[in-house]
Amino acid sequence: MNARFAIEAAGLVKAYGATRALDGLDLQVAAGSILGMLGPNGAGKTTTVRVLSTLLRPDEGAARVAGFDVVAEAGQVRRRIGLTGQYAALDESLTGRANLIMVGQLCRQPRKRARQRAAELLEQFDLAGAADRGVKTYSGGMRRRLDLAVSLVAGPSVLFLDEPTTGLDLPSRMVTWAAVRELTSGGTTVLLTTQQLDEADQLADRIAVVDRGRVIAEGTSAELKDKVGGERVLLTVAPQSGLAVARDVLARLADGPPNVDAAQRSVEAPVTGGARRMPEIVRELDAAGVLLDDLGIRRPSLDDVFLTLTGRTAVSAAVSTAGEADDEKEVA
Amino acid sequence: MTAMALPAGDATAEPPLLRAWWALKNSLVLARRSIARIAREPEQLIDVTIQPVIFVLLFTYVFGSAIHLPGGGSYHQYLISGMFGMTMAGTAPGTAVGLTADMSTGLIDRFRSLPIARSAVLVGRTMSDLATLVLGIVVLAGTGLLVGWRIERGIGNALLAAGLSLLFAFAMTWVGACAGMVLRSPESAQALGFVLFLPLSFVSNAFVPTQGMPAWLRDFANWNPMSAVAASCRKLFGGNVPSPDAWPMQHPELALVIWSVGLIAVFAPLAVYLYRRKVLR
Repeated sequence: MNARFAIEAAGLVKAYGATRALDGLDLQVAAGSILGMLGPNGAGKTTTVRVLSTLLRPDEGAARVAGFDVVAEAGQVRRRIGLTGQYAALDESLTGRANLIMVGQLCRQPRKRARQRAAELLEQFDLAGAADRGVKTYSGGMRRRLDLAVSLVAGPSVLFLDEPTTGLDLPSRMVTWAAVRELTSGGTTVLLTTQQLDEADQLADRIAVVDRGRVIAEGTSAELKDKVGGERVLLTVAPQSGLAVARDVLARLADGPPNVDAAQRSVEAPVTGGARRMPEIVRELDAAGVLLDDLGIRRPSLDDVFLTLTGRTAVSAAVSTAGEADDEKEVA
Repeated sequence: MTAMALPAGDATAEPPLLRAWWALKNSLVLARRSIARIAREPEQLIDVTIQPVIFVLLFTYVFGSAIHLPGGGSYHQYLISGMFGMTMAGTAPGTAVGLTADMSTGLIDRFRSLPIARSAVLVGRTMSDLATLVLGIVVLAGTGLLVGWRIERGIGNALLAAGLSLLFAFAMTWVGACAGMVLRSPESAQALGFVLFLPLSFVSNAFVPTQGMPAWLRDFANWNPMSAVAASCRKLFGGNVPSPDAWPMQHPELALVIWSVGLIAVFAPLAVYLYRRKVLR
C-alpha cells in the first residue's frame, strides 16, 4: 500500500438482493486532500462512505483508511476517522455541549480535555450561544454544524462527510465549507459526497464521478471539464436584431458550429481561449449591426460532465434510480 | 454470518484487561448519557415511579379488599413484594424501548464509528436502566410504608431483598436488550410490554396466591421467575405469607439467582450478537 493515499479502495462490491449498491468501486484519495464524490441518488455514495467508515462490510473488495484495513483493522480505522452522515447523529435531548463532551469521553479524552475541546468547537462552529440548549431546539443548520463539530472532536486524520450541506442555508454552508478548508490545511484528508455540482467544484481538489456503484471518471474539476470540451461563447440577441446575422458571425469566428435557441434568442458556440477572442467577436458583431442583450463565456459545468459521461443529466439519473436509492436507505 | 466469523477488528495491541477497562468506562459514559436524558425528560421515569404507586393503590384499596390470603396474612404485606417482582420484570420493555429509539436514529452510526467496545451501547443502557430502578425501589418501598407495609426482619434482610431484586432486574434488561435488537420501533417495544410482560406479571404470585389457580396455571406461576422475586422479598421482608410446595417457592432466593444468572448467560451474549449482526449489514 502507498502511504501517499489516506484512502484506498479496490473492487468494492456491496449487493442488496439484486441491487448492486457498489459494483467494483475503486478509489484513491491523497493524504491531506479533499475528494468530492459526485453522483445522483442511489449511485453508491453513501454505501461507499459506510464501508470506508467501518459501518458496513463489503461483499467483495478491500479498502484501507489511514493505513488500516477497514474490515480486519476496523478498531484502528475508527480511531482515525470522523463521520458526518446524511442525518444528524446527535442526542436530541442533550445540549450541544453535552453531545460534544460525551463523544470526547468516548474517544478516551479526560473529562477536562473533553470540556475544553467542546468549548473550542462550539466557538469555531458559531454555536457558543446555543451551547447549553437542548439540541431539539436547534435549527437544521445548527444541527448540521454541531454534527460536523462532533465528528471533529478527536481530531480525525480522515473525515467522511456524506452530503454535509444538503438542506442548509447559505450562511451555514459557508461555515461548513470554511471548516472543511481549514481542516485540510491542517493535513486532514476529506472525502465528501455531494449532489451539488458547485459544491464539489468549490471545495474538492479532485472529483470522482460515481454512477451505478462505480467511479466512472476521476480527476480535477478542470480535467473533467476538459473531457467535455473547452469554453463556449454564449450571446443573447436583442429582440429587434438579427439572430441569423449573429449566427453567421459566430460560425465564421468560432471553433465549431453554433447552436441557436430561437425561443431564448441565444446563440452558443465553442471557442478555445475564449477571453482573448472576445474583443474580435464583439467588433465583428458590432460591425454586422447586431444588438446584444447579453454576452458571456460559459465554462462547462459538472452537469455537462455528468451528461457527457453517462448520457443522462444528474437529475434524470437521480429520478431513474430513485427506487434503488430508497432500497439502499432501507437496508443500510 | 456468525459472531465468530466477524473480524477481529478491534484486536488492537491493547492487553485484554485494559480493553475491558475502557469498555467499562465507555459504558459508564453512555449510561450517564441516558441518565442525563432522563434529567431533561423526567417523564421517562413514569414506569418506575407513578406506575408502581398506581398499582399499589389499586391493589391495596380496590382488588385487595376482595383478596383473602390463605393463613390470613395482611394483603399489603403480600402485595409490595409482588410489586417488586413486577417492577423488576417491567424494566425489560423499558430497555427495549430505549434501544429501539437509539437504533432508529443516526446516533447509533456515530457510536459505531467511534473506537468503543461494541457492547458499550448495550451495557450503558442496561446500567442506566438499573440506576432508575434503584429510584423505583425507593418509590415502591415509600408507597408501601404509607399503605401499611413493614420491614419486619431487619434492614440487612431488606437490603438483601433489594439487591436480589436488582440482580433479577439486570437479567431482565438483557432480555429487553434482545427485544430491542429484534424489534424495529419503540412503539412495538411498548406493545410487547403490554402483550407479554403484563400478562406474565399476573400469571405469578405477585398479586394473588397461586393456590387458587388451576393446576397447570399454578405450576407455571410457581416457576415464573417473577414469583421467585416476590417470594424472596416476602421471605426477607417478613410477614405471615403462604409458600407453596413447589421447589422454587421453597427456595425462592436460590431460584431467583439461578433464573438471573441463566437469563444473563443466554440473553447478554445474544444481545451483543444481535447488535453486531444488525449493524453490520
